Parts: sequence; structure tokens; C-alpha cells
Amino acid sequence: MNFPTDLKYTKSDEWIRVKGSEAEAGLTDYAQSHLSDIVYVELPEVGAEFKQGTSFGSIESVKAASDLNIPASGSITAVNESLADAPEAVNSDPYGKGWIVKFTLSDAGELAGLMDAQAYEAYCNERG
Amino acid sequence: MTYIPHTDANRTEMLEAIGVKSLEELFPAVPDKVKFPELRLPAALSEMEAFWEMQGLSEANADVNHYACFLGAGAYNHYVPHTVDYVLRRSEFYTAYTPYQPEVSQGTLQAMFEYQSMICQLTGMDVSNASHYDGATSLAEGVLLALNATKGNRKKIVLSPAVHPQYRSVVRTYTQGMGVSIVGDNNLKADVADLVKLLDKDTVCLVVQSPNFFGQIENMQGVADAVHAVGALLIVATDPIGLAILTPPGKYGADVVVAEGQPLGIPLSYGGPYLGIFATKNAYVRKMAGRLVGETVDSDGKRGFVLTLSTREQHIRREKATSNICTNQGLLALAASVYLATMGKCGLDQVARLCWHKSHYAAKRLGNLKGYSVWNNKPFFKEFVVKMPKPIEVVNEFLLDEFDIIGGYDLGRDYPHLKNHMLIAVTETNNKTEIDDLAEGLKEAAEQL
Repeated sequence: MNFPTDLKYTKSDEWIRVKGSEAEAGLTDYAQSHLSDIVYVELPEVGAEFKQGTSFGSIESVKAASDLNIPASGSITAVNESLADAPEAVNSDPYGKGWIVKFTLSDAGELAGLMDAQAYEAYCNERG
Repeated sequence: MTYIPHTDANRTEMLEAIGVKSLEELFPAVPDKVKFPELRLPAALSEMEAFWEMQGLSEANADVNHYACFLGAGAYNHYVPHTVDYVLRRSEFYTAYTPYQPEVSQGTLQAMFEYQSMICQLTGMDVSNASHYDGATSLAEGVLLALNATKGNRKKIVLSPAVHPQYRSVVRTYTQGMGVSIVGDNNLKADVADLVKLLDKDTVCLVVQSPNFFGQIENMQGVADAVHAVGALLIVATDPIGLAILTPPGKYGADVVVAEGQPLGIPLSYGGPYLGIFATKNAYVRKMAGRLVGETVDSDGKRGFVLTLSTREQHIRREKATSNICTNQGLLALAASVYLATMGKCGLDQVARLCWHKSHYAAKRLGNLKGYSVWNNKPFFKEFVVKMPKPIEVVNEFLLDEFDIIGGYDLGRDYPHLKNHMLIAVTETNNKTEIDDLAEGLKEAAEQL
């Protein structure tokens, strides 16, 4: 199980990578391993705005469908179109090629409330 | 035949195991006086007597095998070939339940897959589900798909008043409490051009029926473009027989196509059960409600069928599911499949052409009667409207009593501006004599009533 230390994490299993006021988000390794084979990712429109914690899309595997919640408020600048043909990238490379959205942060202060890699790993361990 | 598997010995054994002396001891909460109340039922009938009683009741009804039928308005007297019953009454199909376990349900699943495939061919759409209850609920599900597809950000549904009144009512039932507004049919005389003017960025969908409730074929040129230009969806309700000779909605840009499948090998049955046809584009398949059968291969590489995309359904997505309905009309979808396979492309074309020719002959004959006029000003398929010199209820009673004819629908019931207008349906089952008798009956009605 992979918990990159340069990322922050949400309780609903999304990760966020921040570069200045730009951010990138996706689904964690823990979540993809529990969902199993991803078959579809529903992406938002570029330009759409979301408040922290609200659903910006959804992700479907053969056995379940989950909402994807944005780790911090912002407006979408890019979506990973390649997931339409290769949704399995979320399974094989959740922190790299499996990125889901890129967005501009509207309130960097919100990041303080997210978990770091250590806290998230502990959170995953207690859930089993 | 006994339906309760327990023997007295079983019961004694069970009672001993729980330390109870008799069954009665298990029901102390039920007061004695209601335990075995006197039921005032008539004496039991023998099978012979029961049969006579039921036969008498059924013969009190006028049915389409004994009366000429010109009543349509959403359910039509089309011929049902005997192949339909022959396949349906196989107990494997007749008693089959939901195919959740594909290993033992390949017959049902394959039949549904064939049904879905034929519906796609007929409608010109990419994907069909395994059916809904009826045309009305299919239409409501189409509206829900559109609401879902526009991500809940839009609230206005533009609904043509020429859509079947009961379908419009069901759409309202389904969307109550959702904070949507339904416009368009507040003006019962509005035509498609008027409705297009109502489209804006708050529009979820435009809902149109063609052939419409009055039998008329709507001019859909440019309509899909106008709807898509504002980011809305076009939903078209249609007639499955008509699809044999009319341009299928998929070809003029419909996003969702729905229909009542009753004309496809399903008897009238006094209103049901019927068949909700639902087809859409690939882009919307994950937002489509209902069961969906998919083709796949098993672990030996052999072709097989399963229910698929189940993550849309409420047992997985719960309140975020595409619909609260999670069923289909399996036996009737099978009837439709057998009908379509029996008729084939040429046969269905022939049925449609017969409907067209006979209805147009009827319109010509009735339009020539003194005091009667045909109301339709657009091309029609198998139904048309006639303005009559007497109230429809009175005319129909006269036709039934004097001519053994079941007359058409009284449009005044739903469209006040169409009081004394009758909606007449003519199908391949109406022969020339019946149509001439109808003309004769209406002529006399004008003279005698």
C-alpha cells in the first residue's frame, strides 16, 4: 500500500498534490485496491467550481460506485480525458497517470484540515 | 395439492422442541372472538358452476373479437400472431423470475438481449434497456435521465401538450417534490414551433410525441439542433409500429426514445400489463434506469449474457441510483421480440402500411359525411381526429348499441377546445366493411340523435 509523503489526504480517500495555487487530485491506492477494477470515471466540466468536500464526479468499479469529493475548494482547470479509454490507470498508477482533476485553489487555508501521509496511513489501518 | 409442507408429525416435533403443548398456545394475543369469525361466504361452487359464472361475467363485456374497434389513444388493436403465445407459454419463460443468477438464466437473458437489439434497430438509438412498465413510466424515466444528465442544475421541462395526457400526468407524479417546473402544456394548443421558443439555458429537456396523441406526425426538422444548442436533451415518445415506415427519432437527433410496446404482440387486456420501451445514446447509458442485459464470454470463452452496469441500480447506488424502479416486463418484452421476429422487417412494414392506408381511407370516408370534418392539418399515421355534430359519448353509445362498433376517444375529456372531437384509430385489423359500417353508423347518428 502506497502513501506518498508529498501528498495530503481526505477521509473519503482522495489525495491532493499542491504546487502554489494549483492542485491535482485523485483516488488513493487504498481506495482503488478496495474498489477493484475501475471501469468508469465520471469527470466534471472544466470551469466548474466546487466547495471542499462536495462531489465533483464519481468512480465506478464492477461492484460499486463512489462519489469523488474535492479535497479543497476550487475551480477545475483540467480533467484526465485518458481515463475514458483507460480507467484502469486509477488502479495501476493512482498517484501518477491515474490523476483525475486539476484545479485552482480558492482557499489554501483549507489544506491545514487534511491528513498527511502518516495520519492517513493510520486511518487506513484502523479501518482494515 | 398441498402447499404447506409440514405434516402433523412435523408439527408435534416442533411444538415439543419449544415446550408448547398446542398451536393455539402460540397466539394468546389474538382475542378469541376474532380467531375464527363467521365468514358470510356463499356456498362453494363446483368447477362446472364456477366456469359458467365466470363465462357469464366475461360475456357481458364487449371485446375486440366481437366488435369492430376504432378506439386507440395509446393502446391499439393490432393482430397478435399465434407464435407469441406458443413461445410465451413455455413454462421456462412463463415462470422465470429475475435473471440475477446468469448461470441458470441464459434463456431469459438472451431473449432480453435480442429484444434490446431489435429496439435499437427500430428506434435508431445505441442502447435499449430491458423495458419499463409502460410507455408512461418510460417517458417519466426519460425525464429523470435528462435531469441527471444536466447535473441537477436546470429546472425547466418543456412538455408538448400533444403528448398523451396520461403520460404527462405520470411525468408530474414522478417529478413532484423535485423543484422542477413543467411548461409547454399549459397551452393545450401549442405546437412544436411554440415549444421551441420556450427553450433556454434552464431547460432540462423538450418532450415531444410523434406520431402525437392526435395521430399527427410532428415536423422535427431542426428541433434537435435547437434543443442541443441550449444544452438540453430531446426526448421523443413514439409508436413502435410506425417506426417501420416513419423516420426513427434516432435519425433526427433524439437523445431518448420511449414508446408503449403494447402494439407489438401484446393484447389490449383492458389496460395492461403493457411494455415500456426505452432507448438512448451510448453517452447516457450510465444514466439510464432499468435492467440492462450485456453480451460477454464465460471462463471457457463461450458467448453468454448477464445483467450489466448494475452499479446504476438502487441496490448499489441507493439514493443516487438512476431510478427507484428496478424491474422490467420480461414476459411482455419476450412477446414483443417474438412478434418482431415473426413479422420481420417486411412484415412490420406491411402492418404499418396497412394502418396508414386504412386510416386514410377512413378519414376520407368520414370527412365526406355531412356534419363531420377531419380536424388534422398535418400528416397522420394510424389515428386522426373527426369533429362531430353530436357529443362523442352519445355517438359512441349509438355506435355500440346499433352497429356493434367500439367508437373512438372523446378528446373533450382532456382538451376542452376539442369538445365533440373523436380520436379514431384504424389498424391492420379493421377491414373495409367495418370502416364503411363506421361511416354508415356516423351518418345515421347525425340523422337520428
